Amino acid sequence: MTLADLAATSGPASAAVLADQGLSDSERVALLDGMRGRLGEMRDAIARGLASDAKSRTGMVGWNAKGLWEAHDALSAPLLKRVQAYAMAVNEENARMGRIVAAPTAGSAGTIPGALIGVGDHLELDDEALLLPLVLAAGIGEVISKTMFIAGSTGGCQAEIGSSAAMAAAAVTELLGGDAEAAVHAAAMALMNTIGLVCDPVGGYVEVPCVSRNAFFAVHAVSSAQLALAGLRSFIPPDEVVQAMASVGRMLPPELRETGEGGIADTPTGRRIALEMAR
Amino acid sequence: MSLLDVIGPVMVGPSSSHTAGACRLALLARHAFGHAPHEARFVLHGSFAKTARGHGTDLALVAGALGAAPDDTRIPVAFAEAERAGLAFSFTTADLGDVHPNSVRIELHGRDAAGAERGLVLQGSSLGGGIVRVFELDGFRIEFSGAAPTLLVRHVDTPGVIARVTRVIADDEVNVAALYSARKRRGGEALMAVECDRAITPVAAAYLLHLNAITWLRQVPAVMSASSDGSHIASATAEVVP
Repeated sequence: MTLADLAATSGPASAAVLADQGLSDSERVALLDGMRGRLGEMRDAIARGLASDAKSRTGMVGWNAKGLWEAHDALSAPLLKRVQAYAMAVNEENARMGRIVAAPTAGSAGTIPGALIGVGDHLELDDEALLLPLVLAAGIGEVISKTMFIAGSTGGCQAEIGSSAAMAAAAVTELLGGDAEAAVHAAAMALMNTIGLVCDPVGGYVEVPCVSRNAFFAVHAVSSAQLALAGLRSFIPPDEVVQAMASVGRMLPPELRETGEGGIADTPTGRRIALEMAR
Repeated sequence: MSLLDVIGPVMVGPSSSHTAGACRLALLARHAFGHAPHEARFVLHGSFAKTARGHGTDLALVAGALGAAPDDTRIPVAFAEAERAGLAFSFTTADLGDVHPNSVRIELHGRDAAGAERGLVLQGSSLGGGIVRVFELDGFRIEFSGAAPTLLVRHVDTPGVIARVTRVIADDEVNVAALYSARKRRGGEALMAVECDRAITPVAAAYLLHLNAITWLRQVPAVMSASSDGSHIASATAEVVP
């Protein structure tokens, strides 16, 4: 299935994703049960992450989600704060070897819970309402992964956080009543505006800038859903956007693909941390 | 690839490649070994060698050797679990050659059910997203990924052995997804790795082992879908072999 096929379906996009899997009734039930379990795991990780300020193994992160969650809401923007805090809660749990759901990777694990559960909680929705949007998120990820292997070492951060933001944008759009076309275009706009993002983790660890990046791109996904729900569309067809992301990924030098040898990792402080950790 | 692989796996962080993938490679080694090892040596290559500690690659490897799946919350305390289970472990680094940057050689030692000392050497790579690939077992260049139940058969390189094995698999109504076979020299020892849609029955496995040309057999489960149920460590492998 292409994104164009998905956008052209008449019902909810998640229904088309499910139909495309060609599952028996029992396999379908197992898939939905599995997704329900994933949602529960995401919620557990958020709760643990918001409550803990224990440092990660390297000591670079661990207090950000709790710090934000307990801080004064200076902007009077509770949705923004919730989405950011949830996203970082998951990634800080990840950094301290807590249990998370890779979505689609561990480094980008906070984006979908931040955006989807964050919006759901803001609107006081039942978790069951998030189930089919999560299936759609997986379907979008599956389509992207057919064009490019989703890993920072393959295509840079744009392949990881760009994919998770695209998946989350589609999910939030469907959650808020958007049709298949709106959901697919939300994904495309999120991805288009992530193209070029490099994977430059300090010391090679999934911490800096990964934790804050999940906060930023969970919000990015919600922004994209807002545009799509208002009727805005990606000028470049969604499948072509995915091709463009993959093409840029192939142009990225190895230094900017998870090796910890370029970008923010290749700063005096980044290099010092890498040396200290290697000892 | 299932949608549950896209939103998933459920795993202990921080890295699908350096933590979950490392755990799975060691879990594959543990299953291929078939016994509780008393010693595990890990030789880390490339990015695994450079960033193992910060990623918990070391803990994940030890946990996998104990039989833990990537979502087992005892991974962060795997060294203490190893001490309790009587597993000695060590880490060294080496250049394993022209292989993926996230690669490891895992050497397990222990006694089998009859008390005889056994060893196993597995080399594999963590390709990203928790996906792994074994590329060498006991010096044989074969491949398997843990995505499907895998039948490992050591045999003497004689005409018709591969046909005999696949015949038994077919009679068991099991579909073969992929088959790799390698030998060290003509007429010498050989190993095949058969990825199947499901495991063959114990009766079929016992029949294969009884054949003269076949010297060793293991059924390695699909570790890609393995999850902890709270009792996973040190209870992983049902022994198939005498």
